[in-house]
Amino acid sequence: MSLDRPLTRNVRPDRSPTDLAAYEANGGYRGLHGAIGKLTPSDCLQILKNSNLRGRGGAGFPTGMKWSFVPMDNPSGGHKYLICNADEMEPGTFKDRLLMECDPHQLIEGMILSAYTIQADVAYIFIRAEYIKATQLLREAIAACHDKGYLGKNILGTDYSLEMHVHVSAGRYICGEETALISALEGKRANPRAKPPFPQVSGLWGRPTIVNNVETLCNVHHIIERGADWFQSLGLTADAGTKMYGVSGRVKNPGCWELPIGTPVREILEDYAGGMEDGYQLRGFLPGGGSTDFLTTEHLDLAMDYDTIGKAGSRMGTGTMIILDDKTCPVGFVKNLVEFFARESCGFCTPCRDGLPWCAQVLDDIEQGRGLQEDMDTLARQVEFIGAMGNTHCALAPGAMEPLASGMKYFREDFQRHIDGAGCPWCDGGIH
Amino acid sequence: MPVIQVDGQEYEVEAGKNLLEACLSLGLDLPYFCWHPAMGSIGACRQCAVVQYLNAEDERGRIVMGCMTPVTDGAIFSLSGDKARGFRQAIVESLMLNHPHDCPVCAEGGECHLQDMTVMVGHRDRHYRGRKNTHRNQYLGPLINHEMNRCITCYRCTRYYRDYAGGTDLAALASRDHVYFGRHSDGVLQSEFAGNLLEVCPTGVFTDKSLVHNYTRKWDLQSAPSVCVGCAMGCNTLPGERYGKIKRVHNRFNAEVNGYFLCDRGRFGAGFVHDERRLQYPGLRNNDGRYDAINHHEALQYMDRACAPGKVAGIGSPRASVEANFLLRTLVGEENFAPGFSDAEQPLVELVLRLQQDSRALVPDITTIESADAVLILGEDLTNTAPRIALALRQSVRNKAYEMAAELRLETWQDGAIRNLAQDQRSPLYIAAVADTPLDDVATNRISLAPDDIARLGNAIAANIAGQPNADLEQPLQEQVEMITTALAGAQRPLVLSGTGCGSTAVLAAAGQVADALCGNGVPAMLCLAVPEANSLGQALLTGCDAPGLAQLQQRAASGEFDTLVVLENDLYRRGSSAQIDQLLGAFQQVLVLDGLDNQTTSSATLALPAASFAESNGTLISLEGRAQHHYPVFQPHAERRPSWTWLLACMKEMQREEVRSLHHFDDITRACAATIPALAGITAAAPDHHFRNAGVRIPRQTHRYSGRTAMRADISVHEPRQPVDEESPLAFSMEGLNRDQPGALLPYVWAPGWNSNQSLHKFQAEVGGPLKGGTAGARLLQSGIGAGPGTFTAPAPFKAEPGRWQLVPRQRIFGSDELSALSPGLAELVQPGFIEICAADAQLLGVTEGDGLVVTKGITKGATEGVTTGVDNTLATLEARINDSMAVGCAGFSVGLAGVQNLRPLAPVSLRRAEGWQRRSPELIGSDRDAGPGGTHV
Repeated sequence: MSLDRPLTRNVRPDRSPTDLAAYEANGGYRGLHGAIGKLTPSDCLQILKNSNLRGRGGAGFPTGMKWSFVPMDNPSGGHKYLICNADEMEPGTFKDRLLMECDPHQLIEGMILSAYTIQADVAYIFIRAEYIKATQLLREAIAACHDKGYLGKNILGTDYSLEMHVHVSAGRYICGEETALISALEGKRANPRAKPPFPQVSGLWGRPTIVNNVETLCNVHHIIERGADWFQSLGLTADAGTKMYGVSGRVKNPGCWELPIGTPVREILEDYAGGMEDGYQLRGFLPGGGSTDFLTTEHLDLAMDYDTIGKAGSRMGTGTMIILDDKTCPVGFVKNLVEFFARESCGFCTPCRDGLPWCAQVLDDIEQGRGLQEDMDTLARQVEFIGAMGNTHCALAPGAMEPLASGMKYFREDFQRHIDGAGCPWCDGGIH
Repeated sequence: MPVIQVDGQEYEVEAGKNLLEACLSLGLDLPYFCWHPAMGSIGACRQCAVVQYLNAEDERGRIVMGCMTPVTDGAIFSLSGDKARGFRQAIVESLMLNHPHDCPVCAEGGECHLQDMTVMVGHRDRHYRGRKNTHRNQYLGPLINHEMNRCITCYRCTRYYRDYAGGTDLAALASRDHVYFGRHSDGVLQSEFAGNLLEVCPTGVFTDKSLVHNYTRKWDLQSAPSVCVGCAMGCNTLPGERYGKIKRVHNRFNAEVNGYFLCDRGRFGAGFVHDERRLQYPGLRNNDGRYDAINHHEALQYMDRACAPGKVAGIGSPRASVEANFLLRTLVGEENFAPGFSDAEQPLVELVLRLQQDSRALVPDITTIESADAVLILGEDLTNTAPRIALALRQSVRNKAYEMAAELRLETWQDGAIRNLAQDQRSPLYIAAVADTPLDDVATNRISLAPDDIARLGNAIAANIAGQPNADLEQPLQEQVEMITTALAGAQRPLVLSGTGCGSTAVLAAAGQVADALCGNGVPAMLCLAVPEANSLGQALLTGCDAPGLAQLQQRAASGEFDTLVVLENDLYRRGSSAQIDQLLGAFQQVLVLDGLDNQTTSSATLALPAASFAESNGTLISLEGRAQHHYPVFQPHAERRPSWTWLLACMKEMQREEVRSLHHFDDITRACAATIPALAGITAAAPDHHFRNAGVRIPRQTHRYSGRTAMRADISVHEPRQPVDEESPLAFSMEGLNRDQPGALLPYVWAPGWNSNQSLHKFQAEVGGPLKGGTAGARLLQSGIGAGPGTFTAPAPFKAEPGRWQLVPRQRIFGSDELSALSPGLAELVQPGFIEICAADAQLLGVTEGDGLVVTKGITKGATEGVTTGVDNTLATLEARINDSMAVGCAGFSVGLAGVQNLRPLAPVSLRRAEGWQRRSPELIGSDRDAGPGGTHV
């Protein structure tokens, strides 16, 4: 049993799922047995706080602190909810899929303990519709847990009860935004909600609700079982624990690996992803999904953790890198992303709804050889207009502006070449 | 009160408001779209962005949305800095990407909030080079035009339609920059309040179809403060006229009566004013039964001759002004004046008045209705009888949500957050009615009962509240009584509503009992009772509670007491069966009718005088809450049409009657009425008299941009006639004058510099969303909550359903159940044919299915032959059968006021049988203006 790779210890080389028996044989549900009825919810919360676990969905908000805002006195006796955000739609991100498809019980055990900590009585797994296999496995796992008494009424004979449901998303990127997810789960348009109030006090059906990413929740029972110090010791830098890192793009071995948090970018890229494919040069990379700023070769020795990458002007995000190589047009690359975000806008607030399609249109003009010099100013204005948090209703549009803003910074001469040459230098004859 | 700093200036602002509200209330111009004073904030459009600074040292600041930012003491904002202005410009530029710039052909042009905001932010140059998105428009019915390409996606329409008004058939569909506001498929918008979309939409997506097809810009409309005559609610309106036609009716804000919203009967129901069938000239019936047009003087002389001998009876009108009724009453004498109700309705309206006068409960206005935290409705289908109250009740059930929000310290304007928090939790609203009502979706429970049982239920609740439960109720009803008692007794501001709608005095009395019982417990309970017409309550106040009814006048005429009958603005054939009214009119030698409309009564008149409509005359109307309100002529009547009071006054002058010697002006009549009738003493306070001048000048009916005055008659004469002088009001038929700082009752249009749309209203409000600076229009006549209590009341015996016999119960429809709405072309398309509603079991028993015909005959039961004459046809009506399983057992609903129901009276016992040879209606056709090709009609 590997203690330094807790999340993937049950991941088999052939990626076949771990069932309940195998999971328990490998020490599974020990955290559950050790905590429910033995530790109080506030004990669990304290361990979580001490562990310095930060949200693995992308924002990196300290999980313990997030949970501490859930009101623990519940005089009206209404529901409290835990929601697992398994709507993994960030471009280039596929880490949660691996966790759910290979070890569904890990997520469920994590969720039971998380729900216990905040005293939630209903839990939902909001899962991306394309994750058919994971959906199936999670449903089976939930049924197995019911049979075993790990879910349902009076878990392990205590007075704690929890029901868990899998809800398959109707499929929008915005559903990954926690409040939009809640709206969608209520059967409404998947529009994000204004904060405050935060979901911790008024979330699903107006009740206290915690929404966490799959990877975050998978960590919880390990932390409660083995303690905060153990978890802290896993990280290489100030951040704690391990992280699912991924690499996609023109590398020899694209994939997803659990590594100590703070592993240097170069190590992930070269040792695990096998370096660039032959004939391709690295020009830049998005460190944590489509909505993070480009970093370039000068950043290869940075540690992949929240603060280090943040200081470099980007975000660790989901920790799954997308590689830009020298044979790919950066303008086309950015355009592709911006078109995606424009298409996925929920249409609620003006800057996102109308600003992103405008950016996409300008980028398309530039890519197609119709770009004008003033387009660079338009894009710069749009980046400022849409890109600042608070200008828009939620973080989708600011996220969408990160690859554009940083792309214009690092690859400005490539944009200029498109405009000057009236076409894309990467395409045949310069014009598509 | 918090002090905030805006652009270096300190302002004291009201706590609990957001920054946008505070800025607008301070008179600062901050553009906005999605926020609405009645609907709060959601932060969608991002137009009201300002920069907020953390402290005095903070030089960068950050963009925040004014509508989502609470005002806190010491907060520092910049509205005018480059960052805030630049952002707001960028928002308008973004909103304009797909906007068609079709202002010249758009019905909103000239009063478009989007135009105003675009100018306000200073956006000018367009940088976007892409294609515009286009949408297909939908057919939304005969009233509302849809042009989705103009949409700026502010979400106001669906927030209003769904969240505020409870509609379900308009939604935000699709996403990203293709959000579509429409129905799942073409069809008539179902909400009774859909017309408010026209005013809620900040641009031209939803426009008034009749206006679009008969167009005049806002600046070319002549308008005056008016009061809706569609029901007794007394909603304040702004009809706009050009070329002698009412082009459209807009809402006129009155914080206590209608706030920002009207119902569709009121908004679209003024078409009768320019109906082709309206009388233009006095008509004298000649020997062959046809009418000869005569002139004004001949008509007066005829009236004089007819009335001078003295044997005159008068029938007034609950839809005519207090002044006209008062003059007719003066003309014929108090004891010879019937208020003009039907004989069934008169005791109901009189009881409403007595209950309100005697009650210890408060008679609520719209704001207090919205503040109610527990509501009981007995017998009244308010959505169809006093629609604006139903809309207010939809807000009152949100008080639970506001309570929950207060616990989380959410401000009331945080609309999205509060709705998400409360979800479907509502304050208690209980309805006991003869069948389903459109408010059922927000009701805690709706119970279907026969009218007598509704009264018993109310009585039992009252007894329960008073701590003297009576145990004679059936078990299921008793459970309801317990629940309702708990809800009402536990409330801070309980509200009981009822009305004349179900035709039962017992139901009204029971409502009075419940409200009084609550007052007896020391709770400030409210009692709101609906009456049918614009001046129903005024008639009760004018005549007291023992005026003669129609039957009495007929008897007295038959005994030779009268020769002449004068009927004021009243189609008597709506007040009784054809046979009864024929008999009534036949009892007089001559019948003089003053009315604008060519109806069956005017057709039966010896002399018909063309009366001006509400839009062409002054008048005071008394609403169901006892509020006297004044309506002013919007335009001068054409041809020989005169206000009824002018006809009557001139007639009495002709007769040299002493009572009118000193009466010259309309105001003189108002004053004489106030002096003569103690109950109406307060009506002079309803509005300033005709001497009033605003800073020395009149208030203009025409806007400062009114155009074409020299051209609009150029085809007749190039010489512009002198503008008429209004001798009767402080308003001018002119653009000269001063339209600001005037009393609230004298607001002819809303317009302010930079604010051309109806959003300029806040410039006339002391604080945004609050009452008008010039005071709330109207004067309350009923001293609320000082009565001694309604006295004891004995509940009727339980209603017993008998096989083969049904009790007729009224089922009102917002369009057509009143006299006037069906005369507007748009609404006429929505008026259904008359129907009889029965439950499925009864239908099976009778062998009918939905759409079959049912013959209604006088009730025949074993042994009893009440009103049944053998050997004659006892058929009362043959109507379409509707199956409605929510009907109370033993009851059959009939469509009040719709075609074919003239002989049906509420609560009458009837028999039903299947009609043989009944022709089923063909499936409904959709209006002819349904668009044919892709892209829709582009108007």
